[in-house]
Amino acid sequence: MTDMPIKDAPQKVVEQSRLRVFLDSDVFYMFKKSPVAVISTIIFASLVLSALFAPLIAPTNPFDPASLNLMNGFTGPMTPNAFTGESFFLGTDDQGRDVFSTILYGMRVSLFVGVAAVLLAMVIGITLGLISGYVGGWTETIIMRTADVQLTFPSILVAMLIFGVAKGITPVEYRDQMAIWVLILAIGLSDWVQFARVVRGATMVEKRKEYVEAARLIGRTPYAIMLRHILPNVLSPVLVIATISLALAIIAEATLSFLGVGAPATQPSLGTLIRIGQGFLFSGEWWILLFPAVTLLTLALSVNLLGDWLRDALNPRLR
Amino acid sequence: MLAFIIRRVLQSALVLLIVGLTAFSMFRFVGDPVDNMLGQERTAQDIERLREQLGLDQSFPVQYYKFLSEAAQGNFGVSYRQGRPVAEILLERAPATLELAAVSGLLAIALGIAFGVFTAIRRNGFLANFIMSASLIGVSLPTFLIGILLIYVFSVELGWLPSFGRGETVQIGFWSTGLLTASGLKALILPSITLGLYQMTLIMRLVRSEMLEVLRQDYIRFARARGLRDRAINFRHALKNTMVPVITVIGLQVGAIIAFAIITETVFQWPGVGLLFINAVQFVDIPVMAAYLMLISVMFVGINLIVDILYFFIDPRLRVDRAGGH
Repeated sequence: MTDMPIKDAPQKVVEQSRLRVFLDSDVFYMFKKSPVAVISTIIFASLVLSALFAPLIAPTNPFDPASLNLMNGFTGPMTPNAFTGESFFLGTDDQGRDVFSTILYGMRVSLFVGVAAVLLAMVIGITLGLISGYVGGWTETIIMRTADVQLTFPSILVAMLIFGVAKGITPVEYRDQMAIWVLILAIGLSDWVQFARVVRGATMVEKRKEYVEAARLIGRTPYAIMLRHILPNVLSPVLVIATISLALAIIAEATLSFLGVGAPATQPSLGTLIRIGQGFLFSGEWWILLFPAVTLLTLALSVNLLGDWLRDALNPRLR
Repeated sequence: MLAFIIRRVLQSALVLLIVGLTAFSMFRFVGDPVDNMLGQERTAQDIERLREQLGLDQSFPVQYYKFLSEAAQGNFGVSYRQGRPVAEILLERAPATLELAAVSGLLAIALGIAFGVFTAIRRNGFLANFIMSASLIGVSLPTFLIGILLIYVFSVELGWLPSFGRGETVQIGFWSTGLLTASGLKALILPSITLGLYQMTLIMRLVRSEMLEVLRQDYIRFARARGLRDRAINFRHALKNTMVPVITVIGLQVGAIIAFAIITETVFQWPGVGLLFINAVQFVDIPVMAAYLMLISVMFVGINLIVDILYFFIDPRLRVDRAGGH
């Protein structure tokens, strides 16, 4: 009991000072000074929050058949329905689902797939990049040659192939359930090369520095040196690539789902919603298509602008 | 120099072997080929016969070798979904994709160079600035949304152009062309803009930045001092010298155009190879996927090889570097 405060106290001091360090840092100062970065962060954060809290914000649960009324189908945005008199902020689709709610839930899927795919690509890329940069030799040749071969092909094509193969391996009855995970795997595996290349390059520079030499001399294992010593020093370019990759992954997911080789109709992402909406383009129900498309663009653009800013901010040559 | 070319050719061959192995493993291990090819009513004899026919009773390397030599002769097996030889389906679909890719490539090159030169010469003009900002928006829009936007404006609202299909086609030998009929040409407009827009902006930006670089050079100033007309300076002296990097980028983008045709073909229901591939992925039609993978890799690897070798001839500095580096 008496230990607790003593143990806790220093930790708190450290944490506070870390926050201080961050608030006083150049990067944060530059962030405050850049209206583009601040605005895109606000937009991105509010989109992420509304996706996270979709069940609380959404007026209806679009995937609960009990809450749907077919009579509400094709209600225009902000206009009361001719039969039921109900009004919907962004209108409804053919089955009477509230478009605003489906977008919130769809954004959840899009963001989840995007973030998970980038994390997967990051883990694979960092691991292989560290190993090939630190160990070198044959291991490096094999890893980097594989990366070169994969880079010859557009990543969306690689993702489609992986998706097709993974779909073939999963038993038919699990295919819809597994689609999201297969999608993450496909996009993640199609995107690791960038990470591996950058980490390898940075590792090769770091490994010749004295602190790595010192760590080796005191007998730390290669595993510990790579993870505890080199990795923290190569993370800033990784952060930039991760942000830009997130925008690309969100677009890639939307493209795949739009093409019908991604999120299933039971778990629609923004891409799936656009695919569904495209069917009503000719009959005049424009809102079913327009709002998911605008959401997707806003999401991708805010991440992209943030990535651009981060790249300039973390690049010492541009300061 | 010969050593460099030989090394590059060997590298390319190795890449193709690896891709072939991937395609073969897909065919061999994703699902059971026997299951996929025989219907519900089958006997043990049928299974045995098919296994022998497919060579599934032989060792893996032998099977792989057979698969490759068959593929090299243009035999990619039978589509699970359509029950017809894959090569036949591909041949039937290829003209649609190639015509689309060719038209959008030409469009991208012509407009890209024209806009690039224009925005470089009138660097601060209103129109030039407008084109530059519009190109930024064009780059950040995903391809499928550009296609939908074009359909909405030109098919739904204005009703000028068809929103799907190839229109009427004319059969010349095995080649079905949409270039000879009015409806075929009309159907080609929207898909080729959708497909070529990204490449157009890429070429435009490259030409612009290269032109700006070149226009600063002494020989341009000298040409002006000689009293040459602007037109002659801009096109004969400046543009010519921007072409080396532009040609390289165009070469590398040919592959990208074919790959992104998948998306455009789906948006416009264009009956080409890309739509075939995406349907194959949807229905796990492995032979079609494997054949598409191999065809497109031969193309990509070939283009990369040609561009590398061309570079070698065009840029003498590269020769020195490579010789010193290795």
